[in-house]
Amino acid sequence: MAGIELKDVVKRYGSVEVLRDINLDIKDGEFIVLVGPSGCGKSTLLRMIAGLEPISQGDFLIGGERMNDVRPRDRDIAMVFQSYALYPHMDVARNMGFSMEIRKAPPRERMSLVKQAADTLGLTALTERLPKALSGGQRQRVAMGRAIIRDPQAFLFDEPLSNLDASLRVEMRLEIARLHQKLGATMIYVTHDQVEALTLADRIVVLNGGDIQQIGSPLELYERPANKFVAQFIGSPTMNVVPVTGGVNAVTTADGVTIALPHVGDTERAVEMGIRPEHIDVVDINAGHLTGTADVVEHLGSDTNIYVKVDGLGPLLVRKHGNIPAKAGDRLGLRIQAENAHVFSSDGVALRQTTTIGA
Amino acid sequence: MTRTRAHPYRTVGKYAALLGYLTFALFPLYWLLKIAITPDQLIFSEGTNLWPSALTLDNFRTVLFHTDFLSYFGNSLYVSLGTAAVTTLIAAGAGYAFSRFAFRGKKIIVAIMLITQMFPLLMIIAPIYKIVSSMGMLNSLTSLIVVYTAFNIPFATFLMQSFFDGIPKDLEEAAMMDGCSRFQALRKVIFPLTLPGLGATLGFVFTAAWSELLFALMLISKNEAMTFPVGLLTFVSKFSVDWGQMMAAGVLALIPSCLFFIFIQRYLVQGLTSGAVKG
Repeated sequence: MAGIELKDVVKRYGSVEVLRDINLDIKDGEFIVLVGPSGCGKSTLLRMIAGLEPISQGDFLIGGERMNDVRPRDRDIAMVFQSYALYPHMDVARNMGFSMEIRKAPPRERMSLVKQAADTLGLTALTERLPKALSGGQRQRVAMGRAIIRDPQAFLFDEPLSNLDASLRVEMRLEIARLHQKLGATMIYVTHDQVEALTLADRIVVLNGGDIQQIGSPLELYERPANKFVAQFIGSPTMNVVPVTGGVNAVTTADGVTIALPHVGDTERAVEMGIRPEHIDVVDINAGHLTGTADVVEHLGSDTNIYVKVDGLGPLLVRKHGNIPAKAGDRLGLRIQAENAHVFSSDGVALRQTTTIGA
Repeated sequence: MTRTRAHPYRTVGKYAALLGYLTFALFPLYWLLKIAITPDQLIFSEGTNLWPSALTLDNFRTVLFHTDFLSYFGNSLYVSLGTAAVTTLIAAGAGYAFSRFAFRGKKIIVAIMLITQMFPLLMIIAPIYKIVSSMGMLNSLTSLIVVYTAFNIPFATFLMQSFFDGIPKDLEEAAMMDGCSRFQALRKVIFPLTLPGLGATLGFVFTAAWSELLFALMLISKNEAMTFPVGLLTFVSKFSVDWGQMMAAGVLALIPSCLFFIFIQRYLVQGLTSGAVKG
């Protein structure tokens, strides 16, 4: 096992730059999730690490050794594909043992490793089946078995759960987390699903339009997003963003309400304020910062989502824990939890970065 | 949910249409067989009867033992198998390249290959004859194999390319991640999955070469180098046509095509790639 380093990596297709200045230092045994919207370059980055796409510029190192021009087979990296990519003409056991077959490992050793992997993944009864006789979840397990049998330097996952239905996805997510704990291996995982990212990652790399937006632990990204993109991408439901006018240690909303933000450095430059739905309190009609009318109320049991038409400001989503006895048409007062508010400058950069953590 | 049954008239109509088509398509074959087993003296007297009043295998006996049919047959087999093998080999290589690699001039090559398919063969028979004769290759079976191969490669390449396109790229990449070189990935993963495609291409080219008359007629004039379609014409003499023997020879000529398709049909119908990716 070894750390993986990317230094000033660039990917171009012709004259189009799809990835720019990628700097990433992945520690041995770390679980890194690359997340971003479709077309942000996350899969391309993973394929460059795998060796399936050439790197246009920059250095790629495994364990300190430059690997840019090393063939995929010699990088000692295993990959789980979104489509699983099981060999349809081979049974489960041969699929899993194929890498050892290619490396001419003795059959006995191969069989014992296949058996071990099959036991780990609960595939023992299925080893003689062909992929077409397996369910989606089972195929997914075989694809993972094929990867773990090699004991590689690193595991790459390319949206491995996106073809599964919701309940199976949760189950396999847990299984991947367990696998990581058990193997302690370096894992790089691509997804567009922020829930997968937040639950699995040691560190998340948020990509957009070919640039790294932010690298950090799930909580860092949630609590201190570096910019408006990360703020709105991480967290569900999405953060509310309203236009404001900056002032000294405070911002003023379009309807003239001033919210004091003593923890933010230079609120003068603020043009927008972001507030997560869970950081708005429902209070008596004149006791908060804002007033509005409940438009739609969703009772989820554990939470209540209230879509509020705020007077003079437009729609805001409020999410409260538990069951709030509100209904559509109710007049509500809203209080912004100022300590949890984020403000952004005109170029979308979060202004909170200048102050100490945990304000 | 219960499935609604089709209206009985619709079912009857569907099968009637199928039956009509099958009758239309298979009747000439039936006629071929019928005339082949009709004794010579009854051919004209009972010409339009659906079934002759007497049966004979004399025509087959004469064709097999008293004509050069076996020699024609052997020549055809040699030419068709040779053409099918060479064409499929080249088409598989070209199809793989078109399917997997981006290279300079790819579009132009594809366009040129497409253009070769647009001319009526009659137009180029004379130049081909000149070329082959100046190379001293008239009356040789090899020249037929070369010409047939050249004419079948474009279509066979497109056919193979579509089969390669149908195999997910992920499979190859997975094999390469698993430690294969590109060639090993091709041999161990892609090749076994392309068998249906290879079978279809072999079958297509074999049949095309087996029944080709035009070039064989132009390039072959010596009896011992004649292929079967040319040989069939020898049953037409100046004053009469030996219908019975000609039909018997035709029936015999169907056998290898049938055998060939029985042999490859399991590759043709098999959905071999199912289960590779999400399905």
